[in-house]
Amino acid sequence: MSIEIKNLTHTYMAGTPFEMKALDNVSIKIEDGEFIALIGHTGSGKSTLIQHINGLLKPSSGQIIIDGIDITVKKVKLNGIRKKVGLVFQYSEYQLFEETIEKDIAFGPKNLGLSASEVDKRVKRAMNMVGLDYEKYRDISPFDISGGQKRRVAIAGVVAMEPKILILDEPTAGLDPKGRDEILNKIKELKKEYNMTIIIVSHSMEDVAKLADRIIVMHKGKAILDGEPKQIFKQVELLENVGLAVPQVTYLVRELREKGFDISDEIYTIDEAKKQLLKILRR
Amino acid sequence: MEQVINCENVKFIYDNGEKDQRYAIDGLELSVNKGEFLVVLGRNGSGKSTLAKHFNALLIPKEGDVYVKGMNTKDESLTWDIRHNAGMVFQNPDNQIVANIVEEDVAFGPENMGIESNEIRSRVDKALKTVEMYDYRKFAPHLLSGGQKQRVAIAGILAMRPSIIVFDEPTAMLDPIGRREVIKTIIDLNINYNITIVLITHNMEEAVEADRIVVMDEGKIKLSGTPREIFSNVLKMKKIGLDVPQVTELSYELIKSGLDIKNDVLTINEMVEELCRLK
Amino acid sequence: MIKDITIGQYIPGESPVHHLDPRLKILMSLIFIIDLFVINNFKGYIFVFVFVLSSIFIAGIKLKYIFKGLKPILLLVLITAVFNLFLTPGKELIFSYGSITIYKEGFYLASFMVIRLIFLITGTSILTLTTSPIELTDGLESLLNPFKRIGLPAHELAMMMTIALRFIPTLMDETDKIMKAQMARGACFDEGNLVKRAKALIPILVPLFISSFRRADELAMAMESRCYRGGEGRTRMKILRYTLSDFIAVFIFISYAALTIWSRWL
Repeated sequence: MSIEIKNLTHTYMAGTPFEMKALDNVSIKIEDGEFIALIGHTGSGKSTLIQHINGLLKPSSGQIIIDGIDITVKKVKLNGIRKKVGLVFQYSEYQLFEETIEKDIAFGPKNLGLSASEVDKRVKRAMNMVGLDYEKYRDISPFDISGGQKRRVAIAGVVAMEPKILILDEPTAGLDPKGRDEILNKIKELKKEYNMTIIIVSHSMEDVAKLADRIIVMHKGKAILDGEPKQIFKQVELLENVGLAVPQVTYLVRELREKGFDISDEIYTIDEAKKQLLKILRR
Repeated sequence: MEQVINCENVKFIYDNGEKDQRYAIDGLELSVNKGEFLVVLGRNGSGKSTLAKHFNALLIPKEGDVYVKGMNTKDESLTWDIRHNAGMVFQNPDNQIVANIVEEDVAFGPENMGIESNEIRSRVDKALKTVEMYDYRKFAPHLLSGGQKQRVAIAGILAMRPSIIVFDEPTAMLDPIGRREVIKTIIDLNINYNITIVLITHNMEEAVEADRIVVMDEGKIKLSGTPREIFSNVLKMKKIGLDVPQVTELSYELIKSGLDIKNDVLTINEMVEELCRLK
Repeated sequence: MIKDITIGQYIPGESPVHHLDPRLKILMSLIFIIDLFVINNFKGYIFVFVFVLSSIFIAGIKLKYIFKGLKPILLLVLITAVFNLFLTPGKELIFSYGSITIYKEGFYLASFMVIRLIFLITGTSILTLTTSPIELTDGLESLLNPFKRIGLPAHELAMMMTIALRFIPTLMDETDKIMKAQMARGACFDEGNLVKRAKALIPILVPLFISSFRRADELAMAMESRCYRGGEGRTRMKILRYTLSDFIAVFIFISYAALTIWSRWL
């Protein structure tokens, strides 16, 4: 199931002195099963873009075609889109409201009109996927658990709708290093288990470096870079110009090359750096 | 070296009425020196935020004592003097701003202290200029970015002229630009204005800037030393659930594989030097 | 963006009315409203008309804002007029059709009520259009201060108003975010009967309440850390001071009020 974004433009407060182009003629094609990282600053348009993909926002001009259907057309039933495209907002733990964890996670599937047994099945699966044991946690209030656990409940709440495309907006925001690693690993597992297309929005280069097949960099409403991580991280100057930094090892590799080291400029993880350096220095 | 904060065998537990509550702070000894930039590093749940709230008497220890500039936090008559000397900046930029416009919020602290009107005006202007937010003094807070809001919060504390400022995870909710702005301001305050800084964080990029780091876990101090000393303990840090700079981790891995480089590499330049040495 | 619309429709400006001390404006508005009900003949209301129109002109307010403020009460005005017209008993009959009667007294009463309501809203609008929410809370706090002696928590009330105003845009933002998050989970807010719609609000209200309590808690901690302990001993950076223009305005207003009271004998 693919997503095709064609010439998408979104203008806030058009016709007033406060007019602002949040998205400027963006065209992107996303294939089934990709793991995409959407990177950019606050104000780059990334949050606006993802809200278009699940129909929360309508474009000023342009089209979005999901699974062959143009969702920007007036008559489209939004519930149909929500079935296919799941969106987890930033600080998702703040959306919890039900009496028990089970009920909160069931909210999404219930709204899809599924049978009680199907809802049950999906809730169990989702809870186990995010590492919250069903029997242990089902009757606990979502407000009686830690922040990290709350966030996992919120993610489970969207995952339980079993969308084909899952979008997560800054899923690691505010978490400590361990919490971050845990959530990112869970997302990797989710992708495998449910066979989803995943889009992660982030401004942490290190986070996405480990997970994404493809990185799209947004700046001032435009998609300025689009490619494999190793291609993107090479563009150090461009990234710095738009206020983004590359992983520390990428800077290291650049310095080493200037000092005459014959090392690849496509390194962005510690593992790769270690392998390459050992090869060079043991010669 | 004058010690501005002293924690003597501090224990603290949250009184939720639940049984078997774990001690949030479990026997802690700490001193903070005048003019120091101290970072308290720890993961979520380590007790670091709980500790921070002891430094301005928002929390009182169950056992042991906390002294701020020689004043015991248990003495209620000293609470306002303690808070006047040790200001605190919190994690959520929005939930610290009280007033409808920036300059009125910065004036809030001095107004509470009963300072004369003209004096407040001059302190507010000076504080805003220090954090580079003077141009925004008539703005409404909801129009500002996270980093800008935090700087306004800092100005609000500066206007009270404390000698110590405690920062409780001030950048946790900010994007990289906001984080940079706030850390730059904090370093500026320490170096150019001689304010003692205690920064609570789990971000090691910020911790690298400290004079001294104290690592907390399970309510206790597990490690203490300079950034160099702390981060070279790669294995221990990872076990506690914290990060080290990528170059430090890389050097650890290379040493494990038999390369002869020093084990306390902190910056890219040092790494480059070491590797060039081997070439 | 909704958050750019300020409460009470304050429109910034530099007119003499904008610069008047807010305490005086509040007091004058109060007396103006009471005065409206003291006047009991049309000649008196001519004074009101002239005074209000001049104020609008001096304040530089566009008439469309005044009309905007009147729109919501149009229905109320109509109902009041009708009731007073047809249901007031009296001595002089001026119209009758079957059992429906209109007396002269009813006609006068209805007209006065209509005029009073319109001027009441207009007068209040002039106040809120020319006085910022901060000035209003400062002015109110100052006026209520003397009542502290009889137990009125003037400072606390003013503080509550200030904080409420400060957080309105923030809360609106948060509501928007929560709504979007729940919509992304398939929630629907504009379908079904009244009961269904009310139930649909729970996923918005519960998170909003919880976050508001947390917010209040954190704000209280931040305020305490900045040595807040109520109104005792508090000073202010901006002190309200009366100026010459304030005295002139008071003089003009008192003259106006005197004229309107004198009109009862015209």
